[in-house]
Amino acid sequence: MARITLEHIAHSYYPNPQEPEDYALKHIHTSWDDGGAYALLGPSGCGKTTMLNIISGLLAPSEGKVLYDGQDVTLLTPEKRNIAQVFQFPVLYDTMTVYNNLAFPLRNRGVAANEIEKKVHEVAEVLDLSEYLGKRAANLSADAKQKISVGRGLVRSDVAAILFDEPLTVIDPQLKWHLRRKLKEIQQRFHHTLIYVTHDQVEALTLADKVMLMYEGEIVQTGSPDELFENPQHKFVGYFIGSPGMNFLPCRLDGNLARINGAAIPLSDEMAALGQKTKGKTELGIRPMYLEVHERETAGSVAAQVTGVEDQGSFKVLSMTLAQNPIKARLSDSQPVPESTAWLSFPKEKIKLYADERLVQ
Amino acid sequence: MGLLLKDIEKRVDGKMHLHDVNLELQTGQRYVVLGRTLAGKTSLLRMMAGLDRPSSGSVLVNGVDVTGQSVRKRSVAMVYQQFVNYPSLTVYDNIASPLKVAGRSKDEIDRKVRRLASVLHIEGLLDRLPAELSGGQQQRTAIARALVKESHLLLLDEPLVNLDYKLREELRDELLQLFERRESIVVYTTTEPIEALMLGGNIIIMHEGRVLQMGPTAYVYNNPASTTVAENFSDPPINFATAEVKDGNAHLRIGIDFALLGRHAELPDGEYTFGVRANHFYLRPRSQEMIAVPSKVELAEINGSETFVHFSYRNRSMVVQETGVHPFKVGDDITVYVHPADFYVFNAAGNLEVSPGEPGSSPQALSGS
Repeated sequence: MARITLEHIAHSYYPNPQEPEDYALKHIHTSWDDGGAYALLGPSGCGKTTMLNIISGLLAPSEGKVLYDGQDVTLLTPEKRNIAQVFQFPVLYDTMTVYNNLAFPLRNRGVAANEIEKKVHEVAEVLDLSEYLGKRAANLSADAKQKISVGRGLVRSDVAAILFDEPLTVIDPQLKWHLRRKLKEIQQRFHHTLIYVTHDQVEALTLADKVMLMYEGEIVQTGSPDELFENPQHKFVGYFIGSPGMNFLPCRLDGNLARINGAAIPLSDEMAALGQKTKGKTELGIRPMYLEVHERETAGSVAAQVTGVEDQGSFKVLSMTLAQNPIKARLSDSQPVPESTAWLSFPKEKIKLYADERLVQ
Repeated sequence: MGLLLKDIEKRVDGKMHLHDVNLELQTGQRYVVLGRTLAGKTSLLRMMAGLDRPSSGSVLVNGVDVTGQSVRKRSVAMVYQQFVNYPSLTVYDNIASPLKVAGRSKDEIDRKVRRLASVLHIEGLLDRLPAELSGGQQQRTAIARALVKESHLLLLDEPLVNLDYKLREELRDELLQLFERRESIVVYTTTEPIEALMLGGNIIIMHEGRVLQMGPTAYVYNNPASTTVAENFSDPPINFATAEVKDGNAHLRIGIDFALLGRHAELPDGEYTFGVRANHFYLRPRSQEMIAVPSKVELAEINGSETFVHFSYRNRSMVVQETGVHPFKVGDDITVYVHPADFYVFNAAGNLEVSPGEPGSSPQALSGS
């Protein structure tokens, strides 16, 4: 196990990068603690696979250093770094038995036979593979095969980290949660450093203690699932985490009011004071689930025109226009749906302010 | 007016792909076909399009039998899972191709291509080749090409499955708006119950090559005709328990007893399956009547706005859905609450006896798309 550090890493796939846009990774300076479970989350093209390849050693960065426990490994190959990888598609020896697949990485390293036996059985038990040990890998289901791929990393005691690149892509939706649960158990039991790369927020938020959300070659926020949801540091985090994403309304601050064209939203004293110090384009942010929706005017509420309602079974999403801006609210399945005008209140403690896309704090 | 599938069977190499399919689809309506992989959704779509011929049965369009007619002679447009475009044509020419084949005037083609490209936000990409586009842009191009035809039948086979979920959200909103304006029959397949709900309209539930239930989407969701329909139309999975009902009391075999309330109290004595959807389990009691189930956490799945807590009670895995982000650890003790009237009750044959919704709710006339 190791602590992994990226020191001032930047990477471009062009020979002579000039502009910031030429870089797939702009400036990454971060670290992964020994034994932590991390996710790199972001849309396609955000740089997460580039970053994974730099961590594993498949790619040498244009700038900066990669350190494992303080040792510079920037130019070392993946084998020399003792990294185990689990890819989208299971990588294993189809003609070998499950036992031999799990034992292979240890035999390769000259581990004693009795030690191999012990380790393979231990890992097989955790992964519910014990009954398949004598079977050939070829005939197993996709989720069993993927568990073997994970097991080949787990058997090794010298492994610095296990890297997962969208490992559940080929798993049937109904089976996904079983495998997620297995991965979570492994993490709690073995304390490996685990790094998952995914564009799927469920995977990232479920499996990782710390999620790094990436956007256009940068890490825009690192935090627990709760922090990303409650306190998005960047507009992109508010948009990407949660369905539907956070509402953003361009506003002008006027004392304790955020003015959105004709509508005025009261702010807390603290928020108003913070807002006074900011410069740039100001926007008010609020999660659809925190908006309070009334059928009639109430004290401090503002009127919005209902443009649509989407029934998602356990809740409804109400689309509206508030002072010429689109806005969405989430209604519980028992809540009445306003017909043409909805009256919205913004709980002060749930309002965020953004200046030039960054959280005001 | 519409599309009629009569007694359709499809066998391939002795395997039954479609069995006893009878459907009537009306012009101007939207239909979502929901089912797991290999349920027969794509087979059904290919049959509707005329890409495949049924082994027996017939396909009628506006009353005319078209069973043997090739897809070229029918008014059909189709969007596939994979992003299918002509690789050597620009985005403009890709979208224009069906109109060129139909011999439309240059002016009309230009007007229609530009209008659709702008609706789908690809108006800036018209000179590019498909290989120079992201996956989302490629699929927008394929969708524009399918829509530009104004065909009688528009078929979409899991069109968003290969896209990132945020893109999926955006494109689904746009598709809904496009569907609303169309005069044609729109058929859209998906494996995801939530997507089916969002698309609304009417639903066709498919399972192992058969149509299990068809009706207005919200009605079918609230009144699944059988345990199999309820399983197919619940995400996270619906929680089932077998039960004995006697003298107005339910005894769930997993060891939970309670008095039945409301319409549930009218159930005759006998064997049943009780089902409760994850959003009707709660982590806090909401009323005095709620039943408490002391449990252990197996896994908390967080999807961004909700947490699905998988828990076990006497070695039975079940799942509760909570709004917001709630980190639980594997092995945490929790108490789960459920209201006695929130159960769906199915008889010994697996057919619906009582649903939690309002009594007397019945399928309304098919709502306009």
